[in-house]
Amino acid sequence: MTVDLTSTDRAILAGRAGEAAQIAMRVIVELAEISGAHRLIDITSAHIDGCLYHGRAGLDWAERLVAAGGRVAVPATLNVSSLDLLHPELFRGNPSTAAAARKLMDCYTSMGCRPTWTCAPYQLPERPGFGEQIAWAESNAIVFANSVLGARTERYGDFVDICAALTGRVPEVGLHTDAGRRAKVLFRLESLPPELLSSDFFFPVLGHLVGGRSERRVPVIAGLDHPVSEDRLKALGAAAASAGAVGMFHVVGTTPEAPTLEAALTDTGPEEIVDVTRVEVARARDSLSTTATGKLTAVSLGTPHYSVTEFAALVPLLNGVTVHSDVEFYVSTGRDVLAEIEARGWAEHCRRAGVQIVTDTCTYITPILRNHPAVVMTNSAKWAYYAPGNLGVEVILGSLDECIRSAVAGEVWRDERLWQSS
Amino acid sequence: MSASGRVHRGRILVAGAGRGHALVLDEPLSLWGGVDPATGKIIDRHHPQAGSNVVGVVLVMPWGKGSSSSSTVLAEAIRAGTGPVGIVLAEVDPIIALGAIVARELYAIEVPVVVVGGDVFAGIRSGDELELRAGTLSIRA
Repeated sequence: MTVDLTSTDRAILAGRAGEAAQIAMRVIVELAEISGAHRLIDITSAHIDGCLYHGRAGLDWAERLVAAGGRVAVPATLNVSSLDLLHPELFRGNPSTAAAARKLMDCYTSMGCRPTWTCAPYQLPERPGFGEQIAWAESNAIVFANSVLGARTERYGDFVDICAALTGRVPEVGLHTDAGRRAKVLFRLESLPPELLSSDFFFPVLGHLVGGRSERRVPVIAGLDHPVSEDRLKALGAAAASAGAVGMFHVVGTTPEAPTLEAALTDTGPEEIVDVTRVEVARARDSLSTTATGKLTAVSLGTPHYSVTEFAALVPLLNGVTVHSDVEFYVSTGRDVLAEIEARGWAEHCRRAGVQIVTDTCTYITPILRNHPAVVMTNSAKWAYYAPGNLGVEVILGSLDECIRSAVAGEVWRDERLWQSS
Repeated sequence: MSASGRVHRGRILVAGAGRGHALVLDEPLSLWGGVDPATGKIIDRHHPQAGSNVVGVVLVMPWGKGSSSSSTVLAEAIRAGTGPVGIVLAEVDPIIALGAIVARELYAIEVPVVVVGGDVFAGIRSGDELELRAGTLSIRA
């Protein structure tokens, strides 16, 4: 065996911490061998994606760990599931699927995971700090933790996530190491106009472009003069992690490991330099829409889950607004954020305008949309990327403003000013 | 078949044996949101091979991208009989490997996953007959 295990690791592998930890350690060691790691390291927390139901295999796995006495060794939060437990009436799928999905959720909470049910665990108060070694699954959470928090996690998937939580150990490779976090591809934004760079809508589109071009490499983005907000970084990262295999990015002058371009880059400099043009940005935006005009059946915001600051921006825009009677308008968020915006009176303000808040899940991973065939506008590049395949819907990527105006009009409204060459 | 084909040595990520026709993906795919595990169909509308089916093929792709749920989608497709019979990658991909490892643990179904060198990878064409066995890849065009 090439992996150098500690005596504790070997004891777990021998079953002395129970059968579930033994199964989990076998998987962690196999992963270490696959990844070429020489040793395992401790983690301080885990975020578990396996609680989202995709069929029998995920449930068989969780039930096996529960039957083997599984109990998490580190604090573990739970990702979205297939069900909105606070608004169960929204689920329009098969009752037997809902029952299996519920069983899966119960398996993970019974192993000691916290029922947070959010894809944005970095919006919870007790998020990991700079330099902490963690094991997070959920592609957007991984990229946010690494890039924005400076915590360290590989791109973990289902199955491994709970194994890391049950053992508290992961292989020391990739984004856990200094070398694995340095950028190899440089994106320069110098030629883009300031009005584009200062628009919220630019960031998910940029993320889509960066994700597709980065492949598996860590990218660094230069040319954003002012510190970029967490909400914009969230949108950028989620898009990049959908379009590519990106687990981390740097933004010079904003993200903690990129005080300068040189600090973010590998010592040998970039393998590739991409000078992003306005035409490419417009093309990236267009590639995330499957249709352009016509009657709208739904709007979906909150992928990843809407933050309190995003609600703070949305709420005033809903003043005096009534969503068209033919349009469903959803905002997905975590139950912790919902509690906060209920307390501020914002949730009621949203409902009065005709906005349905969804918690614990998301509108593109489970059957919630009522109107079919559906034409949906979203400001999320991640939603726009996956929903056409998952749900068979037509999608238009738009700005928040375009989403709201279109929802009121009942048909697609676009503002092309940002995208036309000057 | 292996006697008459080109034989290459790969790096084993998940052991096992399997044979079938190659389905070569021109770009990385997120299996979650990319493959419907009920049918094996590629549903990612952005992907060049959208509409193709992974049932019973040896899936050849550089690496996976996108979702953490891709491990579960692969394990579920293997369980349901809608998955590939083997996977050939150009680079190590733990999220893909874990789907095959857990399918083996839960259902004792072997779907081998190997990583081959860039030249070998680039020489595989969709429709080639591939056989994976003990870390070797045999290719017959």
